[in-house]
Amino acid sequence: MNKKNRIYVRVAILGLLLVALVFALYSSFVKDPNAVKVGSTAPNFSLEQLHGSDLALDDLKGKGVVLNFWGTWCEPCKAEMPALQKKYETYKDKGLVVVGVNIGESPITIEPFINQFGIDFPILLDRKSQITKLYRIGPIPTTFFISPEGKVEEIFIGQLNEAMIASKVEKILP
Amino acid sequence: MDQRKCECGHTNPVGTLLCESCGKPLDIELVEQKEFPDMRYEGMARRSQTYTTRIVDRVWNTFSSVKIAIWIIVVILVASGLGTIFPQQQFIPVPVPTELDVERFYTDTYGVLGTIYYQLGMHNMYSSWWFVTLLVMLGTSLIICSLDRVIPLYKALNKPRLNQHKSFLKGQKLYAEAPKPADRSEQELLEQTAQALKKKGYYLFQTDRALLAEKGRFSRWGPYINHIGLILFLIGVLMRSLPGFHLDEYVWVREGETVPIPETPYYVKNVAYKTEYYTEEEMPQKLDLNGGAIAKSYQTDAILYLNRNADIPGAKPDLVEVKSGPIIVNHPMKHESIYLYQSGFQEMQLGALNFTLLDVKNGNKEIGPIKLDLYNPERDIQVAEGYKVRVLDYFPDFAMGKDGKPITQTNLPKNPMFAMEIVSERDAINEKVVYLEGSILTQKNDAQFGLKISMPDLIDITGLNVRTDKALPLVWVGSFIFMIGVVMGFFWQHRRIWIQFQDGNILIAGHTNKNWFGLRKEVEGMVQQTNLSVTLEDKSKV
Amino acid sequence: MPLYQVSDWLLDIAFILYVLSSVVFIVAMTGKNWAGRDPKQHEIKFGRIAYWMAVIGFIAQTGYVITRWIAGGHSPTSNMFEFMAFLDYCIILAYLIIYRIYKLTVIGAFVLPLGVIMLAYSYVFPKEITPLIPSLQSYWLHIHVTTAALGEGILAVGFAAGLMYLILTIPQKVATKSTRWLEIVLAVVLMLVGFIAMESTFARMDQKTVFEMTQPSTTPTGQASPQKVEYTLPAIVAPANSTIMKEGPMSPWFTAPEWMEGKDAARKLNTMIWSVISGVVLYGGLRLIFRKRLAAAIQPSLEGIDPDLVDEISYRAISIGYPVFTLGALIFAMIWAHEAWGRFWGWDPKEVWALIVWLFYSAYLHLRLSRGWIGAKSAWMSVIGFVIILITLVVVNLVIAGLHSYAGV
Repeated sequence: MNKKNRIYVRVAILGLLLVALVFALYSSFVKDPNAVKVGSTAPNFSLEQLHGSDLALDDLKGKGVVLNFWGTWCEPCKAEMPALQKKYETYKDKGLVVVGVNIGESPITIEPFINQFGIDFPILLDRKSQITKLYRIGPIPTTFFISPEGKVEEIFIGQLNEAMIASKVEKILP
Repeated sequence: MDQRKCECGHTNPVGTLLCESCGKPLDIELVEQKEFPDMRYEGMARRSQTYTTRIVDRVWNTFSSVKIAIWIIVVILVASGLGTIFPQQQFIPVPVPTELDVERFYTDTYGVLGTIYYQLGMHNMYSSWWFVTLLVMLGTSLIICSLDRVIPLYKALNKPRLNQHKSFLKGQKLYAEAPKPADRSEQELLEQTAQALKKKGYYLFQTDRALLAEKGRFSRWGPYINHIGLILFLIGVLMRSLPGFHLDEYVWVREGETVPIPETPYYVKNVAYKTEYYTEEEMPQKLDLNGGAIAKSYQTDAILYLNRNADIPGAKPDLVEVKSGPIIVNHPMKHESIYLYQSGFQEMQLGALNFTLLDVKNGNKEIGPIKLDLYNPERDIQVAEGYKVRVLDYFPDFAMGKDGKPITQTNLPKNPMFAMEIVSERDAINEKVVYLEGSILTQKNDAQFGLKISMPDLIDITGLNVRTDKALPLVWVGSFIFMIGVVMGFFWQHRRIWIQFQDGNILIAGHTNKNWFGLRKEVEGMVQQTNLSVTLEDKSKV
Repeated sequence: MPLYQVSDWLLDIAFILYVLSSVVFIVAMTGKNWAGRDPKQHEIKFGRIAYWMAVIGFIAQTGYVITRWIAGGHSPTSNMFEFMAFLDYCIILAYLIIYRIYKLTVIGAFVLPLGVIMLAYSYVFPKEITPLIPSLQSYWLHIHVTTAALGEGILAVGFAAGLMYLILTIPQKVATKSTRWLEIVLAVVLMLVGFIAMESTFARMDQKTVFEMTQPSTTPTGQASPQKVEYTLPAIVAPANSTIMKEGPMSPWFTAPEWMEGKDAARKLNTMIWSVISGVVLYGGLRLIFRKRLAAAIQPSLEGIDPDLVDEISYRAISIGYPVFTLGALIFAMIWAHEAWGRFWGWDPKEVWALIVWLFYSAYLHLRLSRGWIGAKSAWMSVIGFVIILITLVVVNLVIAGLHSYAGV
């Protein structure tokens, strides 16, 4: 092997190893490449509504979507429900939809709860927690603010109030 | 470039210790000294030693050093040990949902040391950037060290060292020199020794004055083969991080329930779960178990389905059965690259409540049974002709809220509460009853109807671990090649015996890369068989 | 007569034979210089007797393995007692193989006592044959554990030869760092002896101390049951959050820190403290008797042995044991882990320590092959390597809880 070839071979091998290192480090930092992050496209799904037919996220393209994951057992979810309903009413005509995804409860449990707060935005039933897993939901309430193009603009974990909803919704109105 | 010319006329590259042609030690001083160069790489020059100007060469040289390789091994060894002082995050025995809980766990359980451990990131050490870097460095060292040595070694071994300089023979650990027996010719002696060695399985290389007997040369390739195995193994480990190569999910499935497996188009149904215990007759020896029992098996009878409508998550599934059978510990269910493992269970969980509707005012006449499914209760239950029960409220995990209203604490039926309405169309009666904590509360004192509580349905919930590891074949192939390499390298040895005649003397030298005891026995055996009167000297005794 | 009793007896017979063999081996070595004897003849004669005793002991232990396997329906490697006894079996097997190759009597004088200690250690654990729990019901239990034990047994012979090399070659005229460390190694061996002696003595005296934990445990069926911890040895350390139910021969001096995992952690710590104390006492006693360093006392018996040969035996044992260990403790372990848990590697403490052992011997081999570490350096490494094996087998089960903590003292 002459000198020139030698250097090429060495550069090639070391380069490959460097790529391996970068890849190894990258995958040790990014534990879950499929996680839904701010800036990524919200994965489409289709779920049965509490009242009515199935609803798919893609059906809502062109509207700003507030995707709220909740359960009746969760106190902060309960506390933010009136605020969500109120803002839904305010922005409904400007092209906003609030979608509540209930995590694994039966309609019998959900209905009185919904009626209690006079909720009329769509409530979806994630009976097998499939969408909850798809969106990697940890603590609830967790709310995704999705633009009319279907991009996740913000993710908020915890209880929202009206002012917070208003300021975040401004960013996703069509 | 500086090159070394040996007195035999051969030109050797810089870094050569023993002349490539005649085997004479090349450094003048060495000839005078007792110390003979090491035979490890046949005294060949390693390429990397010669060039040091460019950065690429320097990096290459660093990784080509065995000393550096050993340091990397030692650092990984020490780090691995440190990682076992306290449990890694994945082994924390209590639930730690947030990062704050993780930190609190280490501080509360292990005190200041625990806090330091956490802050240094030791709780996730094996996936930390520096540990991963160390592993990649080990791989780098494996590749470069091997490449750097295997090529010159191949060149050297390919050309048997037959006619070697006397100093080469003298330098060997096993060496003997004696006057040639007068009664036999050189030819005769070479023939006799060759015969003796051939019987021992040696390959022979001969001229009319010299003999080289060699065996087990292939064992010299052992280290390089096992390194190839290790490299393949490490590549396999690295490949697990590629998207789709590795899956690790956990699902809890109630008996009778079918659930989707996240990240896959599959659904799994738990047909039945059971735990079996050993009976006394099955035990080989009577044991005092203090009333406990030893589990014999944990088994889920499961059906695996493929969802043909998996493109949109949440959409109505269209399931086709692909596999059914038992899932037992140590015997996972396998379908294509998916493995389902039995790895947890919750037995005797509330599944449904059972009641009998009674006509209290009619001598407690039984009207019919009522079953309330706790996971999916029906709104209206037809009990008997003309009798209906309507569920008004259901709180799976009942508690009283701060505002005095009933709430549920979780979505699991740990403490179910039902509010029901009993409707008798025949008698036009409408009565409300509440079930709570094992008792029935009626609205009126003199109610027409009552509920008798029967045994609830108890169900078992199985925990299934779902895994995929597509890089596994490479991991196994790597391991297998590694084993071939070490067995070759350690269970066989490369032995060489030289016999030469010089100045009326017979010279015998022997070299092996390990097991000198075995080589010595063979040389002694040969000396005895051929009736030579030589004594072997052993250099290492000095 | 039940078969498991036959197997117990066979093991007892093996134990007695190993003890006798050790004694005869030591006589073969120390008696060389007795008056009126030809040293060579003496060594050969007694060495041969000791060797055959070891062989018969080994046959008896083979009988134990077979009968226990039949009685239990699974290979005798499913709990700590069975594993330690099996490891001992592998050590003796490795010794017999090495002896067939090298015919060096004196190796037995080191390996057989090691075998006796290991077997005595196994007797400390509960001996009942227990049926296999689900996680152990796999043919990989037989394959993985037996191969790993065989590898460790062969490496143990490497350790015995390495230790012998050190005693043989380290000059004892003046005190050096080497002599000090060698004494420490011998003291640690004596700690193991002390522990076994204490444990079996107190087990016979039945002087148990019983603690009750304030935290009850929950049974698989969900009921709370009071947790009790029984000490065989007198209590120096009490478990954290516990009250004494039954007083032992002494009251505890202090309480174990809470971070020690598991209800048995404090008992293990107590055992460890007693082992250290008894080891130090034993060592001190022997020093008083010999009035010199222990290694210096042993050295004259090894006179006339070729250190190079001992070095080679140590290296040979390690180079044979290393592939076997890799196969059993890592590769078979990974295959089983994949079958049982769905991942071939999970950084469980036991797995990590098996890897550490492997890395250590890899370093040993590289140092020896590539950097010329032979003789004393190599011998020290063989000793450290065995210490790491013991840590893997004993301390990891003792202190660190993990997936493998199915048994332990």
